[in-house]
Amino acid sequence: MDWLKLFRAPPTKQTASIAKDRLKVVVAHQREGRANGPVYLPKLREELLLVVRKYVQVPDSAVNVQVQREDGLEVLEMNITLPDAT
Amino acid sequence: MAKIVVVTSGKGGVGKTTTSASFATGLAMRGHRTAVIDFDVGLRNLDLIMGCERRVVFDFVNVLNGEATLRQALIKDKQLDNLYILAASQTRDKDALTAEGVERVLGELGKEFDYVVCDSPAGIEKGAHLAMYFADEALVVTNPEVSSVRDSDRVLGLLSSKTRKAEAGEGRVKEHLVLTRYNPVRVDKGEMLSVDDVKDILAIPLLGVIPESQAVLTSSNAGAPVITAKETDAAAAYDDLVSRFLGEDRPHRFLTAEKKGLFGRLFGT
Ligand SMILES: Nc1ncnc2c1ncn2[C@@H]1O[C@H](COP(=O)(O)OP(=O)(O)OP(=O)(O)O)[C@@H](O)[C@H]1O
Ligand SMILES: [Mg+2]
Repeated sequence: MDWLKLFRAPPTKQTASIAKDRLKVVVAHQREGRANGPVYLPKLREELLLVVRKYVQVPDSAVNVQVQREDGLEVLEMNITLPDAT
Repeated sequence: MAKIVVVTSGKGGVGKTTTSASFATGLAMRGHRTAVIDFDVGLRNLDLIMGCERRVVFDFVNVLNGEATLRQALIKDKQLDNLYILAASQTRDKDALTAEGVERVLGELGKEFDYVVCDSPAGIEKGAHLAMYFADEALVVTNPEVSSVRDSDRVLGLLSSKTRKAEAGEGRVKEHLVLTRYNPVRVDKGEMLSVDDVKDILAIPLLGVIPESQAVLTSSNAGAPVITAKETDAAAAYDDLVSRFLGEDRPHRFLTAEKKGLFGRLFGT
């Protein structure tokens, strides 16, 4: 009965998978430091973002804060991505 | 002590009140003494969905302000003797909600009921915060749609940090995913996030999937929680959800599109 497919609308783009990919990024970002980092981490990130924005316009995702544990040592790792120079 | 269950979502209009009404009714139908509270101060709606809007004399804020006793403000359900509704106020400002007040009312309810269901307002402001603050468990109502999923994730963050349990270091609020307005036909076409997609992203246990259903509108028109609309898909889905919440093992239904006949395949969308 495959010929019936002729009568159907052409397949639309699989927007659900686009949605899923976008959500994964957004959610991973929201969760930074939430899982096992110290409770102040999200706030620290917000405040850092404000400071950075005093000098350069960056998107929400520009500031990354993470706690790494290495050899029993806790290291606060920060990454600030600057926009491409135009 | 009653178990306190918040129905929350972050995003508005995803089905919190619909879920609160049916969940509370389902618990009561199984014999549990249940109270359901509308935390949406200023935008009372639960009373309409439960069909008791003409019997609201005193509301939640009256009780918080000591203008009425709980006994005066609790409205007994039309059908079930063990189900009570506490309406939100229509007019008062949101400042009437205080942590101390809410704690006192929940404490009083806790002595007389097995379950207290808190219907949260949308957003993450005061009303939503206080609705979840004293919760033992949370139903996180989510639609298969980007903004709803993102907001649910925000709410999960709040549940794990801005609740009494979390602050007191007494463990976590138990989280349950309730995926509502699910449309398997659109999922099959790749137009809508699937239940597995949403589970993957939010990473909390799935309590139930409620299909997009015409019965929800007709039930709300009539002022009866949709779980009482026997023989409808939404009622069956909510009934399963309540059973699972109480520990029963029930397979998930309504996850696949009904097979269309030849006619539907030729002329359907
Ligand atoms: N499974 C469903 N199928 C079809 N319609 C639904 C379903 N669930 C909810 N709705 C409809 O969606 C709308 C919003 O539902 P509801 O009031 O329960 O959401 P809410 O999250 O409480 O909204 P608010 O954030 O404003 O409090 C209503 O019109 C309701 O009838
Ligand atoms: Mg509502």
